[in-house]
Amino acid sequence: MQGITFTKEVDARGTFCPGPLMEMIRAVKSCSLGDVVAVISSDEGSRKDIPAWIEKAKQEFLGEEAVTGGYRLYCRKIK
Amino acid sequence: MKRILVLGGGIGGTLVANLIARKLKKEEAEITLISASQRHIYQPVWLYIPFSMDDIRSASKPLKNLLNKRIKLVLGNITQLDAGIQKVTLEDGQQIDYDFLVVATGSHPSPEDVPGFKEGAHFFYTEDSASRLRVALEEFRGGKIVVGVGGLPHKCPVAPLEFTFLVEHFLNKRKLRDKTELTYTYPLNRVFTIESAAGYAQTLLEQRNVQIETFFNLEEVDPENKVIRSMEGTELPYDLLVMIPPHRGAKFLQGNPIADEQGWVKTNRNTLQVTGFDNIWAMGDTTDIPISKAGSVTHFEAPVVAERLVATLRKTTPHKKHAEYGGKVLCFIETGYGTATKLEFDYQNPPKTPKPNRMIRLEKILFNKAYFFLVPTGRI
Ligand SMILES: Cc1cc2nc3c(=O)[nH]c(=O)nc-3n(C[C@H](O)[C@H](O)[C@H](O)COP(=O)(O)OP(=O)(O)OC[C@H]3O[C@@H](n4cnc5c(N)ncnc54)[C@H](O)[C@@H]3O)c2cc1C
Repeated sequence: MQGITFTKEVDARGTFCPGPLMEMIRAVKSCSLGDVVAVISSDEGSRKDIPAWIEKAKQEFLGEEAVTGGYRLYCRKIK
Repeated sequence: MKRILVLGGGIGGTLVANLIARKLKKEEAEITLISASQRHIYQPVWLYIPFSMDDIRSASKPLKNLLNKRIKLVLGNITQLDAGIQKVTLEDGQQIDYDFLVVATGSHPSPEDVPGFKEGAHFFYTEDSASRLRVALEEFRGGKIVVGVGGLPHKCPVAPLEFTFLVEHFLNKRKLRDKTELTYTYPLNRVFTIESAAGYAQTLLEQRNVQIETFFNLEEVDPENKVIRSMEGTELPYDLLVMIPPHRGAKFLQGNPIADEQGWVKTNRNTLQVTGFDNIWAMGDTTDIPISKAGSVTHFEAPVVAERLVATLRKTTPHKKHAEYGGKVLCFIETGYGTATKLEFDYQNPPKTPKPNRMIRLEKILFNKAYFFLVPTGRI
């Protein structure tokens, strides 16, 4: 996963569900087509909820990567 | 003499100012409270206005009458806070300096954040909108009603569910239920933020034959074609749309160094101190703490803010009893048909939801009736 370049990163560590998911939704809403958004979450639930939302919203989930105190999840805006 | 300034005359500001006034001797500090409104408004009453179950007049009282006599009340709209030089500016140019500050300016619906919202959607989160919705419901003769949440976070997280249960009951009473398709939308992949309570609420919605549309993040309201569209690409037609608008903190906080772009103040979830400032506390809806924006939260936070502020002023340590806010929340949930349930939880303990019953509803109604006597003045 390492090496993905992202346009915007939101560090949502320390906030609980649905904080990180809402951060992802907000970031995807405000970015441009083709941009990659990264959200870092320390909440386990995000690893399930965020990809589920990306799939429903028909955006592209690029994967996750373990970072200190959580995971960084990537989404590319494709529509 | 130290100057204490409280911003906001809602549930949090009024209560905390009264608690501080009770703790401090007159010669220790002067206390000033600024409010944009001369009325203290108890918003939970608004839920009942669309169904003519309560009167808008019972939702407010003159703020002056609820404040301890030694508190100086300044009426005006705050337009600027400069935490660096400890000064607040009002719309009329008046400037007020402080030594200690409490920010309790709440949150407000921001329908302008969604295209078409103002023209096409109803809500009940202001006096005017609740009254307009009463008329719309009065005139409703059947069709598609969509109730939903147009953005998170918003105050009173349970109110959209309560509204749905109440409107379902209302339609039944009016013999319109058979002629109405009722849909509930929510931004997450469940019907409520807290997972354990969401399952319970979903069962109740299903029992009442309410269609559920989750992962629905409202993108636009199209009043001409009477449809709403989500970021996820879902389109829902409506005849009557009731949406909770996205919320923001007070305008003067949006982008202020103590807050984020939406106006949520960066607050420590236990001490309620504002990040980076030893002399500022925030409470109630305006904080960025990921907890319900509810009157009960503000109510439980007030003793902590009062205790900590007074201890800081006196250079003592706060008394153990009120040293920290433990995340306590208590929300009653109207479930229609004369019943209610409640959610009670804190940072450590997830909520348990009792089976809806008449006793809990009675508790809610009695609490609402007794509110002005009990809460703002700090009797409980
Ligand atoms: C329909 C509805 C139903 C609800 N039901 C419940 C319920 O059943 N239980 C529950 O616990 N909570 C409920 N709530 C939520 C509850 O009302 C709020 O969480 C609570 O009022 C928050 O208190 P607060 O002191 O933070 O803000 P508020 O009570 O909103 O007070 C904010 C104060 O700040 C002032 N202010 C704001 N901006 C400025 C400015 N720029 N200059 C000067 N003054 C300013 C306002 O005039 C006001 O006096 C409900 C809310 C709604 C809308």
